[in-house]
Amino acid sequence: MSAVKRGYVRGLDLKEGRVDMSHGSGGRAMAQLIDELFAQAFANDYLGQGDDGAVLPGAPGRLVMSTDCHVVSPLFFPGGDIGCLSVHGTINDVAMMGATPLYLTAGFILEEGFPLADLKRIIDSMARASREAGVPVVAGDTKVVEQGHGDGVFITTTGLGLLPEGVNLSGSRARAGDRILVSGSIGDHGMAIMAQRESLGFSSIIVSDTQALHGLVAALLSSGAEVHALRDPTRGGLATTLNEIAQQSGVGMMLEEAAIPVNTEVAAACELLGLDPLYVANEGKLVAIIAANDAERALSVLAAHPQGARAAIVGTVHEDAHHFVQMITSFGGRRIVDWLTGEQLPRIC
Amino acid sequence: MKYVEEFRDGELARGLAAAVARAVEPGRSYSFMEFCGGHTHAISRYGVTDLLPAKVRMIHGPGCPVCVLPIGRVDMAIELALAHGVTLCTYGDTLRIPASQGLSLLRAKSRGADVRIVYSCADALALAQQHPNRQVVFFAIGFETTTPPTAVVIRQAQVLGLENFSVLCCHVLTPAAIGHILESPEVREYGTVPLDGFIGPAHVSTVIGSRPYEFFAEEYRKPVVIAGFEPLDVMQAILMLVNQVNEGRAEVENEFSRAVTREGNLKAQNLVAEVFELRREFEWRGLNVVPYSALRIRADYARFDAERRFPLSYRQVADNRACECGAILRGVKRPWECKLFGTGCTPENPMGSCMVSSEGACAAHYTYGRFKELAVAEA
Repeated sequence: MSAVKRGYVRGLDLKEGRVDMSHGSGGRAMAQLIDELFAQAFANDYLGQGDDGAVLPGAPGRLVMSTDCHVVSPLFFPGGDIGCLSVHGTINDVAMMGATPLYLTAGFILEEGFPLADLKRIIDSMARASREAGVPVVAGDTKVVEQGHGDGVFITTTGLGLLPEGVNLSGSRARAGDRILVSGSIGDHGMAIMAQRESLGFSSIIVSDTQALHGLVAALLSSGAEVHALRDPTRGGLATTLNEIAQQSGVGMMLEEAAIPVNTEVAAACELLGLDPLYVANEGKLVAIIAANDAERALSVLAAHPQGARAAIVGTVHEDAHHFVQMITSFGGRRIVDWLTGEQLPRIC
Repeated sequence: MKYVEEFRDGELARGLAAAVARAVEPGRSYSFMEFCGGHTHAISRYGVTDLLPAKVRMIHGPGCPVCVLPIGRVDMAIELALAHGVTLCTYGDTLRIPASQGLSLLRAKSRGADVRIVYSCADALALAQQHPNRQVVFFAIGFETTTPPTAVVIRQAQVLGLENFSVLCCHVLTPAAIGHILESPEVREYGTVPLDGFIGPAHVSTVIGSRPYEFFAEEYRKPVVIAGFEPLDVMQAILMLVNQVNEGRAEVENEFSRAVTREGNLKAQNLVAEVFELRREFEWRGLNVVPYSALRIRADYARFDAERRFPLSYRQVADNRACECGAILRGVKRPWECKLFGTGCTPENPMGSCMVSSEGACAAHYTYGRFKELAVAEA
């Protein structure tokens, strides 16, 4: 953004003001919104260049790039909001490739009528998340759609990261014998959101786990353990992520239900709604596929990190032409942990 | 988690499994039908059959509210939403039931129908209060468990004098369906369905009590054990059924005594009787037309009956010819014996209703257990 002060008559009304069509028209109102809200919150040298694109220093080696669209209802939930979520989500996607995240870009679709105060809360939260993670937002864009054509705010973020020499992680690298690890309890984010939806009418103490995991990934990789794949089990939860990896690698998996960490509150809320925590979204957990001999070492590295205190080895990769993910239930039986069909819907009886 | 994990304890399960294995008599096999989808789901999800001796076979019954809903009824709901422009509120499971012309409520929604998932019929009533200018219809399905809440909201709507709320009543009755299965030629004459006893419903029985099943035990000499929906409940009920068969008894026993009494919930029963009356007949998917097997709204509450408020008529629609849902719901066939299972019909693209709800026999088997016959086929 330009350092030259433009001739605004009045500052943005961040208390009572609302997004209107002029904020997306390309005129002065838009420039003001960007300057007073976005540029101030995200302030960094790259964004400050104020050109059509950010000029970034070249980095030797391989780059990892990932993009993620964020639509969440409600926009604010216990433990976070769409702002920090959109930073964590993309940082995690880059981190799961083993890369060090360097830069983010952000695109906003704002709905006409959206309170500027809420927008400020979201942007501030996003800026805080970006600062804490040490990954600046270097470019962005804003559009405004008419009322009824959006759901308050949609945010798309893109992340760019640098992949260290020798790191080769892929969902296609799971091999028979590998162990499956998770970095902590599953289902917290999804149930925190679900519990907030007004129609459920119950209050809970479940807090979203949204957090950036690149520090945890760096610790794991620097331990020297032979890591074959990392993934963050977001939408569709642990079950979906493992099915993706099983499919991609052409292997089967066997999980141990009793070993999978689930918070009691999450388990209880799932029970009440007839949902399965294996399919509930996470925003601050990772799944690691690790060579058998290194699994214990990887576990102790994860467990020693504050973000991995409840890490656990939850299963094993094996050969299976059908690529089934199966599970030994705590009850002592065996079942498939299948792909999710559509959305997870509460049962009737 | 208190009061839940106790009923899923692996060690107790192994103990019960050993007890069942000891109880089964050599040279004898046992076939029990679990009527309820809740039991079907528990059996599949926890892998209960893995713990049972091969001689004990579980047959999945028709007690899945989504599965037994005939296409014509879903068509009515879709017509209400698309042609009459109402806000249609429904329990989540019904959204994906395949209906006529390749439609489902989910597809109708993508064509502009206002279809809302609710967790309780009270949410539908609240919606009607919030939007007095919109006609809100609650698509009421389910067995005796979901019926009393529907009765409550209809009474509330009466008290509130709501002019924009009505109910498309598709509530069905468990005893009628059990009776129908016991009367079916496969069970009575041909013996194609060997049926040595029933696991009786859990939640339904909390409402209707255990007394209605006494008729089946006496008249048809079939033991009934009412069981909770937790896997240990199911194991315990199977042991009780095996013992009854061995001892030549046919009684109603109550494993779910922590929630079910002989008389049931009288308050709920009275409420239902006040608002609803028996339909002379009702079509069930798979069981065809079953006399006196469903409820409709009494004349006193006629203005809350969507079938009277809107010009709607019921049209019988046949299932896909290759679909075996009917035979599966009667226990004549097992899911994998249907040609469409896992090929033309999957949870993503269900052709028959048993593939829709996670309580449906086909969906439960596809989702949790299909590795079993694949392993057999490969061996």
